[in-house]
Amino acid sequence: MAPKLSLRDVVVRRRGAEVLRVPSLDVHEGEVLAVIGPNGAGKTTLLQVLALLDRPAQGEVLFDGARVRGRELSIRRRMALMMQDPLLLRRSVAENVATGIRMRGVPRSERKARIGRWLARFDVAHLAERSARKISGGEAHRVSLARAFALEPEVLLLDEPFAALDQPTRETLLDELAGALGETGLTTVFVTHDRGEALRLGDRVAVIVGGRIRQVGATAEVFAAPVDEGVASLVGAETIVAGKRVASADGIASVRVGEHVIDGLARDGLPEDVLVVLRPEDVTLMKPDSHRPESSARNRLHGTITRITLLGYQARVSIDCGFPLLALITKQSLEEMGLAVGEEIAATFKAHAVHLMARGASVSIGEQRSS
Amino acid sequence: MDLIWDGLREAIHILRTGDNSVWSITLRSLLVSGSAVVISLVLGILGGAFLAFKDFRGRNILLSLVNTGMGLPPVAVGLIVAVILWRSGPLGQFRLIYTPAAMVIAQTIIAAPIVTGFTAAALRHLDPRLRTQLYALGASRMQMLWIVLWETKLPLMAAVMAGFGGAISEVGASMMVGGNLAGETRVLTTAVMLEVSRGDFPVAMALSIILLVLIFIVNAILTSVQQQEKM
Amino acid sequence: MKRIRFGMLIMALLLSFGLLACGSDKETKEETTQPTSAATTQKTPSGTAAAATTTGTAAAATSTPVVREGPKDVILATTTSTQDTGLLDVLVPEFEKDSGYNVKVIAVGTGQALAMGERGDADVMLVHAPSSEKKVVDEGVGIDRRLVMHNDFVLLGPASDPAGIKGTTKATDALTKVFNAGAAFISRGDDSGTDKLEKALWKKANLDPKGKSWYEETGQGMGASLQVANQRDAYIMSDRGTFLAAKSLSLTIVLEGDPALLNVYSVMGVNPEKFSLVNGPGGKAFADFMVSDTAQSIIKDFGTEKYGRPLFIADAGRTYEEVGLATPFG
Repeated sequence: MAPKLSLRDVVVRRRGAEVLRVPSLDVHEGEVLAVIGPNGAGKTTLLQVLALLDRPAQGEVLFDGARVRGRELSIRRRMALMMQDPLLLRRSVAENVATGIRMRGVPRSERKARIGRWLARFDVAHLAERSARKISGGEAHRVSLARAFALEPEVLLLDEPFAALDQPTRETLLDELAGALGETGLTTVFVTHDRGEALRLGDRVAVIVGGRIRQVGATAEVFAAPVDEGVASLVGAETIVAGKRVASADGIASVRVGEHVIDGLARDGLPEDVLVVLRPEDVTLMKPDSHRPESSARNRLHGTITRITLLGYQARVSIDCGFPLLALITKQSLEEMGLAVGEEIAATFKAHAVHLMARGASVSIGEQRSS
Repeated sequence: MDLIWDGLREAIHILRTGDNSVWSITLRSLLVSGSAVVISLVLGILGGAFLAFKDFRGRNILLSLVNTGMGLPPVAVGLIVAVILWRSGPLGQFRLIYTPAAMVIAQTIIAAPIVTGFTAAALRHLDPRLRTQLYALGASRMQMLWIVLWETKLPLMAAVMAGFGGAISEVGASMMVGGNLAGETRVLTTAVMLEVSRGDFPVAMALSIILLVLIFIVNAILTSVQQQEKM
Repeated sequence: MKRIRFGMLIMALLLSFGLLACGSDKETKEETTQPTSAATTQKTPSGTAAAATTTGTAAAATSTPVVREGPKDVILATTTSTQDTGLLDVLVPEFEKDSGYNVKVIAVGTGQALAMGERGDADVMLVHAPSSEKKVVDEGVGIDRRLVMHNDFVLLGPASDPAGIKGTTKATDALTKVFNAGAAFISRGDDSGTDKLEKALWKKANLDPKGKSWYEETGQGMGASLQVANQRDAYIMSDRGTFLAAKSLSLTIVLEGDPALLNVYSVMGVNPEKFSLVNGPGGKAFADFMVSDTAQSIIKDFGTEKYGRPLFIADAGRTYEEVGLATPFG
């Protein structure tokens, strides 16, 4: 089956300068593609091209395998775009949701049904008759979600939709979005600078730097194995794994990851499905059979060194302990310990170093979304 | 001061007795200036949208021209239009001089830059991403323009009021291209001039008061359209 | 929905524009804006009928209905004094009634009226500056010049008469007195017939008032200039008709009757052979009307009711010399 949305040999120029070059990109039916990159990398430009709002200087956009040139408006009416700022119009909430639907020629009866359904889905049905100017930021974002989903598009495009919100609201809305995406199975492309979001929602992630896509692949792979330093700095070159919280006591949350149990700091409202994030700097390495000194580090895992990357006076060591674990040590330590690929090693880290994040019920890393 | 009271009494008397000629002059003022404003609105919206949304070299020059146009002296406009429309002028064969149509033309030239300038300013104030969002929702260019106009209703109505005020208060150009012909091109402002030259001050004052009331009523209507929220 | 109200407002205005453009309200044409005390200029059928019966002449006989040919509009370039007296408000509808023409009366100063003729921007001219009219006739632009009527100019001034004009019989003597007394004097300064006459009188008295602090030029029509003189308590020269018809004046006549103050009105057509857009038949029809019995009898009695004496003396058929000019051109 042809990919839902594709770019071929696309080049975008602004005022003569090239800002985006994508030889090839496919978005598959039913998948969620996250696009991450630094500011000015071209993320928004990429999204605009996909949304058919910006015609590239060269190249083609394909929808369901066919070129869209010449019929942009009709294809645009089969997609939905959600931007960072809800940009609601000066009219009631219901009217705002109605605007897009109306422009797509949906008959009146169906229109009312959709508005009601989606406002309710995002918990803002009670605001239907309220002026859009008189609602809170979070509520406005919900209305924006309702507006996009009410269009019942074939493709959903999101441009850092929750970037302007505070953390708790963002978390909540992300959950709602994840839920809605799970229910509808919408093909989705969303731009974010938040790695956690990419991990939470994305089946695949595309990393874009300097107007070019440096890496595309399943989220876990990209995060675990960044292809170059640029990508690595973006994806954070951290250990990020999924786990299930099995216990919380005395401020410690114990998370089962594979066959290990990792202790991290407990937090209110942490669900069962969590992401464990660990910075390489926080991981200490020691020989597995070394005498274990008394230390406050609660976590100790055994694994095998799979890769060593020298970075100036530091070395990044990748360890396989049932899941990919990254450690960062000095070159001096590396040499003194005489570490080499294939060696058994023990890694320790404190509970404080373990960052626990809620993970949406949608997908676990490594699983492909079923269509 | 007596003159003003006399004028007020005269104005009430006129309105009560329903003098035909005054009603027809008032109606003509309204129609001529109203038409000029409507045409200016169409030109202003298209021109304003073009200036606000399209980025092109020389846009600033064009904007400056429009802003200059806002301050055009009406009498100069009247003279130029008259010279063009006279039989001895380039467009004489259309026999437009001394007709209401000529007055509409002159008043449009006076009002259009005002409406265009205000509209362009109002539209430029809009968040540019709003247009993107509207296109993304599936709007055609016309749909987008209509929605965006509703969003800028406030300054837009102000533009219309300013344009209307400029057109209906105008006397020099209307005199020159209209000729103040009884029953044909006499409007409130030119009628006032005539009554003053005849020394009939109470009637002149009455007409002025009627003109003020007319402007007030029109602005009141426009303000109510401007202020209502789409709720 | 509220948006519809907005749209309806626009539609209503657009419709009105359409109505306006299609037709002016010629059927309900009103001639003045004097709603209340409009006794003088009342265009009631009774007024003209009365004139016809009292004169006895079969007014109907000589004013055969003109069959309109060609364009309907006739542009009449005339002076402010003819309009300000209200005479045209009676004559024009009378002409339009039977002829089917629509007269556009453009009242400006004589100088401008003649200039309009010279550009072909008028079809017929009704002016009162014989010496200036000569040039237009000699150029072949003004055709068929005929004497219509005359009245006289009067010298007006404040009741206090600071220059002591009262009692003087010669206009030039009066002007000399004004000059010597440095009394406030308002001139039209607009190249009109009145203005030209005034300037000619100063010249005749060998005086040059230009630039003097007491001598002010308004550049406006007769009616407006009278108001200015009134406000200033100044002397001013005016045709009798406009003075009598003007309201709110406290000026009085300080000198009249000098033959030099004769004010002669003529009508001329603009030569259609010189300008393609000129309405030749229309201009001729109006000019013919002005010297017709109907018009002349209206002119003869105009103003009697209100002022006790007519404002003009009808002259059609007489020669310029008979009226008092040395030559047809003054």
